Amino acid sequence: MNDMVPVLVEIEATSEEAVLPIFQYLVEGSLHYIKTSKQLVAQVEVSGVTRYKDLLTGQVVADLSKSDVDKIRVNNTLRVYLRNAIARIQLSAKSPSVRESAVRSLLSKLDQETVATLESLYPNETNKKVKEAMALALAMNTAAQTTLAPSNRIAAIEKMSTSLESDVRNLLTQLTRDDNPAVVSAANDALETIAQRVNRFAFVDQLFFGLSLGSVLLLASIGLAITFGVMGVINMAHGEMIMLGAYTTYVVQLIMPNYIDYSIWVAIPAAFLVSGLMGVLIERLVICRLHGRPLETLLATFGISLILQQLVRTIFSPLNRQVSTPSWMSGSWEINPVLSLTLNRLYILAFALLVFIVLVVVLKKTSLGLNVRAVSQNRNMAKAMGVKTHWVDAMTFGLGSGIAGIAGVALSQLTNVGPNLGQSYIIDSFMVVVFGGVGNLLGTLVAAFTLGIATKFLEPTTGAVLAAILVLVFIILFIQKRPKGLFPQKGRAAE
Amino acid sequence: MTRLTAWFSEGRSTGKHTLPFVVILLSVTILASAANLLLPADSMFYVSTYTITLLGKYLCYAMLALAVDIIWGYCGILSLGHGAFFALGGYAMGMYLMRQIGDRGVYGNPLLPDFMVFLDWKELPWFWLGMDQFWFAMLMAVFVPGLLAFVFGWLAFRSRVTGVYLSIMTQALTYALLLAFFRNEMGFGGNNGLTDFKEILGFSLQADSTRVALFLITAILLAVIFVISQKILASRLGKVVLAIRDSESRSRFIGYRTDRYKVWLFVYSAVIAGIAGALYVPQVGIINPGEFSPINSIEMVIWVAVGGRGTLIGAVIGALLVNYAKTRFTAIMPDAWLFALGAMFVLVTLYLPKGLMGLYGQLKAKRNSVTKKESQA
Repeated sequence: MNDMVPVLVEIEATSEEAVLPIFQYLVEGSLHYIKTSKQLVAQVEVSGVTRYKDLLTGQVVADLSKSDVDKIRVNNTLRVYLRNAIARIQLSAKSPSVRESAVRSLLSKLDQETVATLESLYPNETNKKVKEAMALALAMNTAAQTTLAPSNRIAAIEKMSTSLESDVRNLLTQLTRDDNPAVVSAANDALETIAQRVNRFAFVDQLFFGLSLGSVLLLASIGLAITFGVMGVINMAHGEMIMLGAYTTYVVQLIMPNYIDYSIWVAIPAAFLVSGLMGVLIERLVICRLHGRPLETLLATFGISLILQQLVRTIFSPLNRQVSTPSWMSGSWEINPVLSLTLNRLYILAFALLVFIVLVVVLKKTSLGLNVRAVSQNRNMAKAMGVKTHWVDAMTFGLGSGIAGIAGVALSQLTNVGPNLGQSYIIDSFMVVVFGGVGNLLGTLVAAFTLGIATKFLEPTTGAVLAAILVLVFIILFIQKRPKGLFPQKGRAAE
Repeated sequence: MTRLTAWFSEGRSTGKHTLPFVVILLSVTILASAANLLLPADSMFYVSTYTITLLGKYLCYAMLALAVDIIWGYCGILSLGHGAFFALGGYAMGMYLMRQIGDRGVYGNPLLPDFMVFLDWKELPWFWLGMDQFWFAMLMAVFVPGLLAFVFGWLAFRSRVTGVYLSIMTQALTYALLLAFFRNEMGFGGNNGLTDFKEILGFSLQADSTRVALFLITAILLAVIFVISQKILASRLGKVVLAIRDSESRSRFIGYRTDRYKVWLFVYSAVIAGIAGALYVPQVGIINPGEFSPINSIEMVIWVAVGGRGTLIGAVIGALLVNYAKTRFTAIMPDAWLFALGAMFVLVTLYLPKGLMGLYGQLKAKRNSVTKKESQA
């Protein structure tokens, strides 16, 4: 079998990118030949059925069964060679990004052949990023050669210290056990520099997760903040409004299974309408009759939340439902080898801020917003001025619930959609509202991000559960100092 | 006995429901116990041990409802975290019962409970020390909930956290404890809680006589707490508490330290909840972190709301009725229970703000006014 290697080396030398598929199929073990004609074919899956594809034309060869072909077997030595060969071929690929990832994939397995290829390609390389990667690979090679002069090796190590690749760190760790003390100290210094940078990026990563949690909290709590601010009542069914939004996303995806990528754009207004209308319904049927009795309102809305949860359990089953992520939202943005940000969290962060801005504009620039602010500052005076407070209450409740529905759309992209989805966020949302100060959007924004970031920074040292407990204890203590939250509403009430 | 009746009838301070309540409660429990112990199993009047335990459980809930009613109905503090005090009392009793198992556990370790052996712990954590003494465990069952209520109440009432704010904070409190007790490292059995109890004070927990005794003790303690609470609330202190409920700022301006009244009433209520928890655990045979879940605490509130807050008898009746309904419902159609519970929350707050006791009062008032009119005509 190893006599295949010289042949493959010859193939590699003669042709370029065209042989790449052959090598790739060979590594995968899907390269076959037809017993009679010795023609090479690749085994492919076409809608669940095994078919054979002509390598040159790319067409599926008709009427070919398993017994007509034979597999070309490869062993581990061959696989190692093939992988390196593929990388070498890719080094001369046309697209710079393919070349760069080829160089990076070679870092862990530098052998003489690869180094020779890299050295020959390096002077002619025009793309800056690829060139940097190649320089790094060559530096790693130089640093690893114990026969070279220590000064050269130390220079190479210094060059390596700007990289964040794990292969570089592995090599440097090896070099700290080198015979030459100067090399050892250089390697230690380089590791130190790298560790500092890695820590800095780990910090950014944590910050990102904190911001992400903060954006979720913001979406979940901002509707609550509005209804609490205007009407002075706590809507315990707010979590269920979030849940309804998430289930709306699920239903929208059921209706349009072939357009998952666009389903989100339908789901957002749909969820706003479903949750918003439910909110108006609850306000008209229950809450407006309990005016001036906030504790009773709390109990009644809790009853509604139980009913809604059980309703969803009856209609959709108590099990979690899978909501798919549109393709443009999946994946991650890889900034460097140690830092990559997931796209769905990034989009939700932007979306939360957008919702916040829209809400601020609605409250500051529209006549509904004017009425809402008037009622929240002084209900009786607003009423005396001719503001229809009943109508404002219903609209506010609808708006708050509708935003909760939108939050549900966002959450469906992050967690499982189940009947208890709302419950898991409701207590945190209350904490955000209490911390931020009632009826103050800016307070809600600051509180949501503060709590989100604080939780994520506590988690590595204390664990998730203890972090949640510490945050709760902190808020209990915080409202000792400032019972009305970070940004209290100014007024002259005696209470 | 005569002195007792004299004490009950002295003035109106004990409330007109107290004597009938105590008499009915004690006679029913004694009759049920006698029917269980003395009658043969095939007799028509035989009460099964299952029923006795169920009734005992209801009485614990009634005691808990009393605790909620004392602060909500009489002082206007809606606590959504009373499940925490109940569970803490329960855990204290559970720890005692756990230590009583001794080397009869699965692992046969004479000192450590099974779950600690399982977690590979070598020695008993400090907070488990002394819990093998019954008196100490019972002291803890009232002290720990009381202390927690004192610290929380002192912090909250002093900074004048009231209304829905306070309700949300109490809910956060029990939620935080729920998360904490789920952790294995806390040393309270984590997810599974404490269970597999064998005996209490040397009496087997499986025996009918122990069950009946626990049931009787629960009933007697419920009666005692009922009477004491009635006395407290009818006293001068009780009047101040009512004043705080109706207008806290006015009471404060008159010169009462409203926060102190509230703190001590809160502590008293928490202690009752702790006692209820301690009585509950040996009867149901398990205590786990689920008791801390916010929904449990909020269910207690609905018992009181159904029965009628502001009347102690209403809280007891509400707890008994709702829990009886729950037992029946979950047996016949389990899915419908949450619908029924949810509807109960909405309908009671909308149409029965004073609960069943209020309804009873309304009907009586109507009948009186009708008879009055007739006599005039």
